[in-house]
Amino acid sequence: MAVDKDTVAKIAKLARIRVEPEQQEALTQELSNILRWVEHLGELDTDGVEPMTSVVEMNLKMREDEVADGRRQNDIVANAPESKHGFFVVPRVVE
Amino acid sequence: MASYRIAGNTGEWEVVCGLEIHAQIISKSKLFSAAATEFGGEPNSQVSPVDAGMPGMLPVINRFCVEQAIKTGLGLRAQINRHSVFERKNYFYADLPQGYQISQYLEPLVGEGTVYLDMPDGEVIPVGIERLHMEQDAGKSLHDQEPGKTYIDLNRSGVALMEIVSKPDIRSPEQAGAYIQKLRSILRYLGTCDGNMAEGSLRCDINVSVRKPGAGLGTRCEVKNVNSVRFVMHAIEAEATRQIELIEEGGEVIQETRLYDPRKGETRSMRGKEEAHDYRYFPDPDLLPLIVENDWVERIKADMPELPDEKKQRFIQDYGLGAYDAGVLVAERETADFYEDVANGRDAKTAANWVTGEFFGAMNKAGVDLDEAPVNAAMLGELLDLMADNTISGRIAKDVFEEMWETGKKAGAIVEEKGLKQITDTGELEAILDKVIAENPEQVQQVKDGNQKVMGWFVGQAMKATGGKANPKMVNELLRKKLG
Repeated sequence: MAVDKDTVAKIAKLARIRVEPEQQEALTQELSNILRWVEHLGELDTDGVEPMTSVVEMNLKMREDEVADGRRQNDIVANAPESKHGFFVVPRVVE
Repeated sequence: MASYRIAGNTGEWEVVCGLEIHAQIISKSKLFSAAATEFGGEPNSQVSPVDAGMPGMLPVINRFCVEQAIKTGLGLRAQINRHSVFERKNYFYADLPQGYQISQYLEPLVGEGTVYLDMPDGEVIPVGIERLHMEQDAGKSLHDQEPGKTYIDLNRSGVALMEIVSKPDIRSPEQAGAYIQKLRSILRYLGTCDGNMAEGSLRCDINVSVRKPGAGLGTRCEVKNVNSVRFVMHAIEAEATRQIELIEEGGEVIQETRLYDPRKGETRSMRGKEEAHDYRYFPDPDLLPLIVENDWVERIKADMPELPDEKKQRFIQDYGLGAYDAGVLVAERETADFYEDVANGRDAKTAANWVTGEFFGAMNKAGVDLDEAPVNAAMLGELLDLMADNTISGRIAKDVFEEMWETGKKAGAIVEEKGLKQITDTGELEAILDKVIAENPEQVQQVKDGNQKVMGWFVGQAMKATGGKANPKMVNELLRKKLG
């Protein structure tokens, strides 16, 4: 499968990555190459093979319902470019 | 019951709805982090680095949240899937620091089930459940704190939600209201969600389409952000009416997300903001599939409380109640318990009449909840006992109840204090009746002429003369003897 320039622009927009028009051609080539390479996997017959979810045989680890984190408002907002009264402050997100 | 139809210029239309309900799971800590879930804390004080989307943090699932979701699935008589998968739903928003929501998509924890609606006319309507899946909640955005800014509080970020999706089986605003109320009742019985719509622990999106009765499904629109039962009912009507007008004017319904504006009573398009939505779901590499063993489900099942449908059936069978009264009494577990305490050892129907009549009436009038009511089950029971053993008449009982509600005093004390005991002494009653008869020769003549209605008038006079304390049955008998 090959991607076109429009797909590259769309992916970039969804990922919030700025891609200049002159970069699009190169990225289109690069992404198409990656996809073609991954498509080799399609040559294998995987009928009746369970999808592998982990390289080790183990179940999802669970924790008990206990409160053991939080109460560190200052740490949480410490890296925010702007914060007030314990809130993160961001440019207005218009509804 | 007559089907709900909206009249258009080209004839009648049928409304088809499906509801998606987001229900916040009751738990102490979040779905994938150990921060607290409590409502109304200081901003960002209940946030772990996982909830803040800090790099390198790993989610670890809360076993109790899974158990709550399974319990809810069982309460919806639904299939519990032994294998389910958490996926990432990718989108950017300021209150979603991870850049994705951990949700379930292709393989949800709970599959198909059924909820039964109790309609006011006693009809029971089944509504199919499509699925229930677990996911994380997002943070909260405040847009009105400062011009040009949005304030973000991540306390809600990562709290466990159940998204419960119905099949498109709902055919009227009334059914949609009944569906939410029934689901809420089941969740509250199970203790898996508090059902508080005002605080956002129960939120509702509605899918609405219209069609000519019997035709195939029309194109649907999703109405978001509807946060009360009343608004859900309004929003369905408003959206269905909009679609009908559009189609009848030659237009076409476009599948889109719309927002309900309760002030204007209309829905409006969110188009434009939606076009970039492409969630690119994929299995979350941080989480293994969720495997639910049979014996875990069996243990949860063994621990289930009696649910509203079963309780209603039992109330109908054991107490001889009508379907409607039984439905009203079982809607809240606390109310059902209250009723059973009052009915215990007493006439069940009288108890039901008093609980749904005088008691609920007083509660509504005062605007209080059951646990704030000044009259408890034992006190109401005592009042019913005084009626049952003829100490007071039914009419006086209502006055005594009012007094109890106002003062918090017990029925026996009020009856004693105010001398409200029913007069059952034949001699005393006879003296009163003789006086009434002597004073009203004209009416006596009417009775003798065969006017039975005037007999009732005499009973009324006797009750009036005794301040309602005369035993009406004895008054009737004595009068018949004296005038008959």
